[in-house]
Amino acid sequence: MKRILEKLETLDRRIIFIFIFLSIAIPLLLPVNMDFSVTPPVRSFYDAIESIPPGSKVLVSCDYDPGSMPELFPMNVAAFYHLLSRDLKVITIQLWPTGTLLAERAMSEVLKDLPVKEYGVDWVNLGFKEGREVVMVSLGTSIPKTFPNDMHGTKIEDIPIMEGVNTFDDIAMLVNISGGLPGTREWVQQVVLRYHVKLGSGCTAVVAPEFYPYLQSGQLVGLLGGMKGAAEYEKLIKRPGTARRGMDAQSVSHIVVFLFILIGNIAYFSVKGVKKRLKV
Amino acid sequence: MDLGTIIWNTIALFLTVCIFSFLYKDNPFYKFAEHLVVGVSAGYFAIILFYNGFVPKVWIPVTTRGEWWYLLPAILGVMTWTRFSKKWAWISRFSIAFYMGIAVGVALPLEMQQRVVKQLHATMLPVHFMDIQGFWNLLIILGVLCGLVYFFFSVEHKGAVGGAARLGIWILMIGFGAGFGLTVMGRISLLADRIQFMREWYLMVTQALWGA
Repeated sequence: MKRILEKLETLDRRIIFIFIFLSIAIPLLLPVNMDFSVTPPVRSFYDAIESIPPGSKVLVSCDYDPGSMPELFPMNVAAFYHLLSRDLKVITIQLWPTGTLLAERAMSEVLKDLPVKEYGVDWVNLGFKEGREVVMVSLGTSIPKTFPNDMHGTKIEDIPIMEGVNTFDDIAMLVNISGGLPGTREWVQQVVLRYHVKLGSGCTAVVAPEFYPYLQSGQLVGLLGGMKGAAEYEKLIKRPGTARRGMDAQSVSHIVVFLFILIGNIAYFSVKGVKKRLKV
Repeated sequence: MDLGTIIWNTIALFLTVCIFSFLYKDNPFYKFAEHLVVGVSAGYFAIILFYNGFVPKVWIPVTTRGEWWYLLPAILGVMTWTRFSKKWAWISRFSIAFYMGIAVGVALPLEMQQRVVKQLHATMLPVHFMDIQGFWNLLIILGVLCGLVYFFFSVEHKGAVGGAARLGIWILMIGFGAGFGLTVMGRISLLADRIQFMREWYLMVTQALWGA
């Protein structure tokens, strides 16, 4: 027993990698569709969008890159789908240069299900603008001056959806898909209280704990944290996507990680106890 | 499926495997992929920022509208490049100081308002025992107070203060644990995505080769 425990304590980390790989690969290849519940932050996000009257305009800032795509892309697709299926008008911008193509790709996925939605009438992509917080504040002063053209170079005044859109007063809600800086923290800091904007955030799991206080204080109306948040949101809008498919792998791999932590601690404390007794 | 898509996806798969090979041990394939990512990212962002920053904010205003004062921030930007010379590095401090001053000025009042005052306000919660929410409110207040006591070093952590500080560190540990758990979840998501990509690549190639 002692030898087994000692071996476990010095277990080659590559064996752990193999177990983790298998715990993710097997559920992805053979899904069992484990059920999961919807948490209040995700429900609030969903309810906030549900409460907006049809025809209203929603600004979606897609501030992420391919590195955070596995977590954020599914919620980006789900948010676009939810907004457009409720007949809300989507105005999307990006404060990360890599966000532009990802937002376009997310929208193209949604348009497969909602082909009647028309560019310029139901949605528009104003593209990327460098300037981080300065762009956020500038949007509060004038949206057309901050983004005089859309991403294709069309003038704002020639785009029907942008008619009557000048400041945040003309926007029913702001949705931020946030991969880091600038992201939700900066939107909260620069825009929420100053311009009285309702902000819903979709963020990576790593930064989600940082944003929970904003939720409690009312600075965020809802929060989608990581792939789990995206999967819960997909469940609410009844459109299962890549996040839902990844949840089995998440659950199984978490069990494996938990078991390794448990076994590691048992081995550590047992061997430590044996060594202590030998010393005495 | 066109040939170009298959080739690009195969290159992506090769680079994914190169990066994963580091899990076994450091090797030239990993180094190649790592350097490629750094090089491509630097080139991509340089071009994006040139056309999104320099051209509309400096070149067009100066050359087409004669607004020469746009050159001033550009000069400050150029000054930061002196950091590469030991002799002239001191010049870069002016632009860094300017940038720091602006950033602090813009951020500080809003940071106080959004992350201190608003959060303090959100901590002033009604404590009651009529429902579970009252208990949660009490827990939030105790957690904040004990966490603050832990970082209060002017009084020795003994007796009641020591007890509160101990509770504070436990609460901080729970917070770190939750953070770690979510970090694991995030990393697992990335790996799941790569495995999903490998599966899709396999299906795409088999379909292209054998139409099955």
